Amino acid sequence: MSSTTVSETVTTAKTGTGSLTRRFFRNPWRHPWLLEGFTWLYLIWSLAPIAIAVLFSFNKGKSQATYQGLTWRWYWGDKVNSIWHNPALHSAMFETLKLSAYTTLIAVPIGVAFALGINRWRGFLPSSFNFIMILSFVVPELIFGVAMFFVFTKMPGLDTVGLGNWAEVLGLVTWNVSWPAILVQARLVTIGKQYEEASADLGSTQFQTMRRVMLPLLTPAIFASAVLVFSGVIDDFVIVDLLSSNASNTPMSVIIYSTQHGGNGGPALNALATVMLLLSFVVAGLGYVGYRVMTRGQRIDGQQALTAITGAEG
Amino acid sequence: MAHLPPESLERPPGGTARRTGRTGRAGRESRPFQPNKLFWVLLAAPGMIWLVVLFVVPFYAMLAIGEGKLDRATESPVAVYLPWHWSSANFTNVWRDLFGSGAFVGAIAWRTIWYVVVAALVSLVIAYPAAYFVARFAGRRKGIFLVLLIAPFWISYMMRMLAWIDLLQTDGYVNKVLSFVGLGSPDWLGGHWYTVIMGLVYGYIPYLILVLYAGLDRIDPSLIEAGRDLGLGRTRAFWRVTLPLSRQAILTGMLITVLPMLGDYYTNQLLSGAPNTSMIGNVIQGQLSTPSAGQGAILSLIVLVVLLVPMIYYVVQTNRASRVAS
Repeated sequence: MSSTTVSETVTTAKTGTGSLTRRFFRNPWRHPWLLEGFTWLYLIWSLAPIAIAVLFSFNKGKSQATYQGLTWRWYWGDKVNSIWHNPALHSAMFETLKLSAYTTLIAVPIGVAFALGINRWRGFLPSSFNFIMILSFVVPELIFGVAMFFVFTKMPGLDTVGLGNWAEVLGLVTWNVSWPAILVQARLVTIGKQYEEASADLGSTQFQTMRRVMLPLLTPAIFASAVLVFSGVIDDFVIVDLLSSNASNTPMSVIIYSTQHGGNGGPALNALATVMLLLSFVVAGLGYVGYRVMTRGQRIDGQQALTAITGAEG
Repeated sequence: MAHLPPESLERPPGGTARRTGRTGRAGRESRPFQPNKLFWVLLAAPGMIWLVVLFVVPFYAMLAIGEGKLDRATESPVAVYLPWHWSSANFTNVWRDLFGSGAFVGAIAWRTIWYVVVAALVSLVIAYPAAYFVARFAGRRKGIFLVLLIAPFWISYMMRMLAWIDLLQTDGYVNKVLSFVGLGSPDWLGGHWYTVIMGLVYGYIPYLILVLYAGLDRIDPSLIEAGRDLGLGRTRAFWRVTLPLSRQAILTGMLITVLPMLGDYYTNQLLSGAPNTSMIGNVIQGQLSTPSAGQGAILSLIVLVVLLVPMIYYVVQTNRASRVAS
């Protein structure tokens, strides 16, 4: 409706009476150019800084503010300060991957089982646990992180865990378990009960129904939640910042923060951030393609798949 | 039990025996139409135990530290788990810091509130038109707009802050443009409220836009068209139809941006670092590994209690939304 309407307006304005601009503004179905311009301005404001930050990761000099030519120096060329050779930056990359993998592997099964159980087992206890789960989704991360910090440093029993890798994984799982739990419950609502009942009618047990009917139906939601948890851990900052103890268990986000804040920033940090960006985009790309493959045959278009892997459907 | 007679008629005895024999795991009494509750309990149990041990207990531990004592020898706070041994020393201190005369935390709390309110309103003013355009008018280009709108969601918060640090350096591109136009080169990163608020807006706006987009996209276009057919102009159709229908999305979106902003301690550290832009998050985080960690715990709990109402509102809304969908 957009461009055709406008050209029509233009032609009628030429033949009809009144000025062209007045005709343009009187057309009740004109394309909202002002709104589109605003949207483009917003998109430039939101994305151009990122492009420039990526550009600086290839900067020849040490500046993060002036462009001095292209180089791979900050990725591996520099024998001391490149992300490949600087031990802190190097280990941070693998720490991030490790935390993401562990958290996803633990949080997704627990969250999916929790969602199935809570959704079908009616009563006061399951609904209050559902309440707690959604609460864990909205509580400010700092408050939760502080509580976790106290548990792993002061709580008898749990303080044997101490700060470090395990504390980070346990904290991240708790923080992220609500993704699979919420997405699977939302999907269960849309699936309805008829498939389960049909399967039971045909004589399968609860366990068989779960494995052969419900899990295949839930696969897209489970997959989307795994993508969200994995990328959520890559981006996570507060929990890992509070629960990491030394350089060996510090992931990328914390290294970027502490190095830049400590005044030792440089293009190597931009290079590290670019690696992080690539990692997130690869996960998002795989997530999108995977979701499309899993939902083929269903009425799900690209836009729905896109919003699904960002969690907006939940 | 009401289902029992028809079911027992439908099911041949042999079949029942075979089925119960193979069920085992789900319980002997497992029947179709009346699924065994134990099966669901067992499925939910790991998650429930996890939430108790690592979500409910931690907040009790926080309370126990806050109401606990200070070990004079090691200068470290000691948790007291039994309520009848609790001391209110930390609470009194925090209360005095918040509301007493010369209360330094009180000033920081007010600053936090005004930073967050301004940042949230600016975010809404920017995010709503963009989300509205993409949801209603993008037409065939919706896909590409959606990708661009969602992209920041996949870019790490730290990278997005780093990008602005690069741009806002005294010799950065922002100042190069400004001095080219003849507006001088201000020291953006030297501890200014406007830089911090801009950072907060930039940092949290992707989440808001996503919620607003999802809400606006869900509105049935025929409702707006009906309004137009009945003689509403574009502007009035927006005020009378679209805006009321998106009220829920606006509220949820505001919550989802305001709650994390209130716990933010890194945006202002990176973009200003000066004490005159400290927020409540900096006070809490700064006390963590110090002897006054107990006061940090109390302060966290006070923030939590203040935020409990909006958080519970969010939970209730989420539950209601899923009930309506079913």
